[in-house]
Amino acid sequence: MHKKMAFSFPDEVLEHVFSFIQSDKDRNSVSMVCKSWYEIERYCRRKVFVGNCYAVSPRMVIRRFPEFRSIELKGKPHFADFNLVPDGWGGYVFPWIAEMAGALPWLEEIKLKRMVVTDESLELIAKSFKNFKVLVLSSCEGFSTDGLAAIAATCKNLKELDLRDCEGDDLGWHWLSYFPDTYTSLVSLNISCLGSDEVSFSALERLVGRCTNLRTLRLNRAVPLDKIANILRHAPQLVEFGTGSYTADLRPDIYSDLAGAFSSCKELKSLSGFWDVVPAYLPAIYPVCSKLTSLNLSYATLQSSDLIKLVSHCPNLQRLLVLDYIEDSGLEALASICNDLQELRVFPSDPFGVEPNVSLTEQGLVAVSSGCPKLQSVLYFCRQMSNEALVTIAKNRPNFTRFRLCIIEPTTADYLTLEPLDVGFGAIVQYCKDLQRLSLSGLLTDRVFEYIGTYAKKLEMLSIAFAGDGDLGLHHVLSGCESLRKLEIRDCPFGDKALLANAEKLETMRSLWMSSCAVSFGACKLLGQKMPRLNVEVIDERGPPDSRPESCPVDKLYIYRTLVGPRFDMPPFVWTMEDDPSLQQLSRANLM
Amino acid sequence: MEGGLVLLGGGGGGNGGSSSGVSTNESAVLSKVEVVSEAESELELGLGLSLGGGGCSTGKTKASNSSWGECGRILTAKDFPSSVVSQRTNNGGPSSVAVSGTKRSAESVSHDSGSPTAVSQVVGWPPIRAYRVNSLVNQAKAQRGDEEDKPKDDLKKKHNYNGKQISSTVNEKGHLGFVKVNMDGIPIGRKVNLNSHSSYESLAQELEDMFLRSANSVEKEPSTMASKLLDGSSEFVLTYEDKEGDWMLVGDVPWRMFVSSVRRLRIMRTSEANGLGMYK
Repeated sequence: MHKKMAFSFPDEVLEHVFSFIQSDKDRNSVSMVCKSWYEIERYCRRKVFVGNCYAVSPRMVIRRFPEFRSIELKGKPHFADFNLVPDGWGGYVFPWIAEMAGALPWLEEIKLKRMVVTDESLELIAKSFKNFKVLVLSSCEGFSTDGLAAIAATCKNLKELDLRDCEGDDLGWHWLSYFPDTYTSLVSLNISCLGSDEVSFSALERLVGRCTNLRTLRLNRAVPLDKIANILRHAPQLVEFGTGSYTADLRPDIYSDLAGAFSSCKELKSLSGFWDVVPAYLPAIYPVCSKLTSLNLSYATLQSSDLIKLVSHCPNLQRLLVLDYIEDSGLEALASICNDLQELRVFPSDPFGVEPNVSLTEQGLVAVSSGCPKLQSVLYFCRQMSNEALVTIAKNRPNFTRFRLCIIEPTTADYLTLEPLDVGFGAIVQYCKDLQRLSLSGLLTDRVFEYIGTYAKKLEMLSIAFAGDGDLGLHHVLSGCESLRKLEIRDCPFGDKALLANAEKLETMRSLWMSSCAVSFGACKLLGQKMPRLNVEVIDERGPPDSRPESCPVDKLYIYRTLVGPRFDMPPFVWTMEDDPSLQQLSRANLM
Repeated sequence: MEGGLVLLGGGGGGNGGSSSGVSTNESAVLSKVEVVSEAESELELGLGLSLGGGGCSTGKTKASNSSWGECGRILTAKDFPSSVVSQRTNNGGPSSVAVSGTKRSAESVSHDSGSPTAVSQVVGWPPIRAYRVNSLVNQAKAQRGDEEDKPKDDLKKKHNYNGKQISSTVNEKGHLGFVKVNMDGIPIGRKVNLNSHSSYESLAQELEDMFLRSANSVEKEPSTMASKLLDGSSEFVLTYEDKEGDWMLVGDVPWRMFVSSVRRLRIMRTSEANGLGMYK
């Protein structure tokens, strides 16, 4: 008999081999090779990624991977970023912390996105994990400085504390002074979301001064420009730095101080911040510009000429975030200077105005797509677009992996031909064969979805708003996009048919969000009944959906695959459709 | 439940065989509309669902290019462009009804109306994170400095910065565009973006849509609460907490002054709002 390969190596050897396999996808594949590999792999998996915290229970994760050191969890759906998910929907991390506290004393890293993190959770983290090193809270909420103080005071081995894009009521600074004087292990600190209460510069400076391994420091707007020089002098080894408010009275001593401090930072590769920027102080950063690979000017209200001047000093830029003040002319300059550009995000300076306030059109994007051969990720807000431009962009840049275009006014047609932009976006999906993420906008009919279903075979995430004619559009997407994992739709005339016809598809995806569409309550119930491995959540602030006729469309719908059935932490405006009719009575009673 | 309202766009739709879809939508929609139809003759609800059916896909006129955007919102007489009206009646229905998912401001629909001061009131659109919006607003104010003597007629102000025209919604220093709103009797609060409003009316409209439509019983007449938050004739009044921590009645001061001093909003029961100020 043929000896199986798997048995010819001792477990330790396989474990060692597996340790070189970091990516989640690959680890999952490894675990499916055979039973013994599954067993070996699960004991040596150190990093766990849970894309939807309600897809699985903490206990199940711990049971399968008893030795992990790092966990990444995501909570609310992406559209929560735009206020479409009502407060209180869910995404609480506490149950996870509670389970891990007992079972995984050696846990080192917790990374959370769009979750509700209470002070209680933070205190429990501080108390439970003696070797805790990394806390990343991305777009989280629910905590205050008390929770942060607990982390600072207790986690002696903390290396990374990143609070990117979090919000809290007046997150102040006083917790910074809770880091003991003996604490020196900080490597990365992102406090750009903090408010301006209780700013304590001396605590910050002392912290920065004694943490000689500090590589990343992102300050918030409350830190004035004249404090920056001092901070930089304490940390010339910084690789990533975010300024505070970049404004001060024009004084030569402040300027020279600042310029001197920047020139001593030989390792700087990434800059951000620049709130309230005064152009006269920009040249202070020129000494570091030639090494910059990442520049976030998305808060910098600089006009185009200043932006071009700045960018012309940064030929090695790979990542640029900027406001649309850069205009077409600035993007043309960018295209000629920054040949290594990989990611570009252009945000609107006046998102709610009806008339354009800057001269930024589709031409800027065309220029960049033409001049930057490595460009693969784009987020672009503008007010006009044409099919012609989109086709040109697609042909220029078939290596796009992320293409997110937001034409500010919904259902805006091709401004040259007044036709829908179906053909333009169709070209994007046809030419960009590795496209993973796509956001649509403008006037679009079902035809664009036909293109997407036909060509976008690697597409994993699709965002749709104010588009399509009917169910056929949704059907194209659900039946054609083989790699689709996340689909989010708002204000589209998609109804029951496509959803019900493609019910099985939903189990192959992480989640589907539909709001202000035309899916009836009856269809939701049916889907819930037929698909036990899906949670079909109806979110409706008008009141219980069964107080309206079954044919009445639901306000918001969030469907996700899960191994653990309906969750129990739903607020009064969320109902999960049960799969067993007799259980429906019971669950409604629980909700009352 | 038969209110005698006919859905437009009968028969076919983009995906065929939608007659059953249309009729179920009809009954759904009728149940919501019956109380409104007689009461507010000028209040017409756009037909969101028929777009899946006939309305927009078969009858594509120029107006229909924007019609999906405008359907599914609450129209009032003043913003009804005549071209849209004729399209609807041509389809054979005297009026049409609907599901309003999101709402657009009246002015932003009529592209040729020539009023550039309107802002979009669609929730969550354009898709920009709140902290970015707030940051833009705060910076615009900081750059303007204390230019209090600028003409105060327009809420969308254009000013020069380094020779560049920058539009900014007037909003005083340190004020965030999003404020919390709570309503008595409803445990879950909401947030509203003050930047996207230019008047008390539009703010009241959004708040009514947010809160009063979430009333438990669908039979409650939205029309009786419509726009009554401001004139004191409904069960609820709109109040706000200002920078000094005092609770005031909304509507007494000029809009701009209100926006600069409001910290949060509360929809209070009229009976509890004594001593807050004059009722009109």
